[in-house]
Amino acid sequence: MDKLVIHSPILIIAIPLLAAFLTLLIGRVSEKARNVLVVVSLVFVEFLVLLLARDIHLNGLRVYTLGAVSPGLAIPEHYMVPVRIILQVDAMSIFMGIIAATVSLAAAIYSLSFMKEETGQDSFYTLLLLLVAGMLGIVFTGDLFNLFVFLEIAAISGAGLVAFRIRFADTAEGGFKYLVISSVAALVVLFSIGIFYAQYNLLNIAALGQVIQYTMLDKVALAFLVIAFAMKLGSVPLHMWVPDTYAVAPASITAMLLVSSQICMYALFRTCFSLYGVTLNTVTVGWIVIILGMLSMFVGVTMAVLQTDVKRLIAYNCICESGYILLAVGVGLAVLGQPEALSTYGIAAMSGGIFHMINHALFEGLLFLAAGVLFYRAGTRNLNEMGGLAHNMKLTSILFLLGALASSGIPPFNGFASKLLIYESVYQFNPILAIIGIIVSIITLAIFVKAFFSAFTGQVLPKYKDVREAPKLMMISMIILSIIIVFFGLFPGLIVDWLAHPAADALINQAEYINAVVGG
Amino acid sequence: MAALEFGYIFWNPIVWVIAFVVVMAVAYFLRSRGQKKYKKDTAQTQIFLCGEEVPEAERRHVKAHNVYWGLLQTLKGYYNPTTKAHTGIINDYIIWFTAIAAATAVILFIVS
Repeated sequence: MDKLVIHSPILIIAIPLLAAFLTLLIGRVSEKARNVLVVVSLVFVEFLVLLLARDIHLNGLRVYTLGAVSPGLAIPEHYMVPVRIILQVDAMSIFMGIIAATVSLAAAIYSLSFMKEETGQDSFYTLLLLLVAGMLGIVFTGDLFNLFVFLEIAAISGAGLVAFRIRFADTAEGGFKYLVISSVAALVVLFSIGIFYAQYNLLNIAALGQVIQYTMLDKVALAFLVIAFAMKLGSVPLHMWVPDTYAVAPASITAMLLVSSQICMYALFRTCFSLYGVTLNTVTVGWIVIILGMLSMFVGVTMAVLQTDVKRLIAYNCICESGYILLAVGVGLAVLGQPEALSTYGIAAMSGGIFHMINHALFEGLLFLAAGVLFYRAGTRNLNEMGGLAHNMKLTSILFLLGALASSGIPPFNGFASKLLIYESVYQFNPILAIIGIIVSIITLAIFVKAFFSAFTGQVLPKYKDVREAPKLMMISMIILSIIIVFFGLFPGLIVDWLAHPAADALINQAEYINAVVGG
Repeated sequence: MAALEFGYIFWNPIVWVIAFVVVMAVAYFLRSRGQKKYKKDTAQTQIFLCGEEVPEAERRHVKAHNVYWGLLQTLKGYYNPTTKAHTGIINDYIIWFTAIAAATAVILFIVS
């Protein structure tokens, strides 16, 4: 078991990568065996992630150096700097790993039924597993160039998955937009990496964090990295691709794309806290992140009010919820150089924001899966054409309601706990921001009242008289997410103490991140 | 384990759930004391629309685009330019990206 823990960082990335290519081979022999391989590999990844999370909780940050005599040996003998590929997993990385592994597993189970009628399923699952490998690679890597490589893997596989159901008119456009946006963002990230390499001859994040000077070129790189990741995470005003892409992708893939966007948010936080740390003007950059967050919250929720396509409505809500996370972590960044403010409310704001990340992935994931069920059974995403579906789809309506209430911050669900923590801590930084947050949450409830009312309530429409619940596997994956949502809602103290707070601490503690690689 | 404590916050969902169950029990009790003349599947349960003929289910249901119609009309000044900015054209998205990246770089140069 110890060996498994030691090698788990690389296994977590390698298993889905290997399974991705095996899927193509096994799929030619048996469809059932391929499905078993996909689910078993993701269950194993989930197990390894939880195992590693436990280890990090007990023993702290873990460094894994590929090709070294010992995985913990970051700098080779006779060298002054790390040159090998290094995976560096701290509480923040593993927190994101848990999100990616859990949602991907639920999405894969859901896909087994949702994609059953589609052709070319072998390629679908290959792309799905590549997306998982890409996402986990981004969160575990300690190297900027590898981050770019994994970003590209996730982007290309994501675009392929968005456009997968080519028989629908709008999927190719969605996939194309995702590819262009991702490529531009990745190119800009690569340009920034070039700036660092030209100046410091380094690619390792920790080693760069130790020597970075915040020169004029570093400022250019910072601006590019912040805005590239902001576009990938769907922050206003760089959000417009989000509804175009999320709406047309298969429902399970939309849930994964949401996690992929969150992982770009992680990359943004990693850049600001672990790479630049206190060398940058934290107040300025913190306020830039806060403004992006406030814009995302307000524009996201107000645009959601307009929507009549259920997935576009949820997509705009995703933009809004991402805004809460940016606001909370932005507050933490803005007070990073003020120890008193940081300990009074900064860490709490970051813990609230990070807790909201996992909540956001769970309830929006659930909502997308429920919207997928509506499309699967009613054959439309248009809320104008729906009505009375709760009569025949009781469980789906309950699960949609659960996701909607959690997203709107209604107690006792998980969204309430994280938003409460955000309101309280942000209020101490600037009361107006917290008040806007509360108003946005009320409007969020209004948009879901509209969606639920339009789709599920009223007399059942004649054309939906024979509609029934979705297949079991789709319901099971939604129930898995619902159980976690309820658990997180009932035990928020546990999640904050075990996951969110250590993750926030890991981000703030730049010295520990650097010392793990260059200090020993 | 359940409670969340920070600053003025004390949030214990278990206590909330117990309180919710108690309130629901009281509400159910009060409801059970009310009228018992309700008869299922009789004229009592039919829709009454001022004596007019009741339209079919499909026409009765308020469509999604009509929900919050008044609010959307009132906020036209905000919604018109905002929706106009959402062109759906990828070139525009990249222009936004370029402009925001440039603005951020300028802010970072000037302020810090």
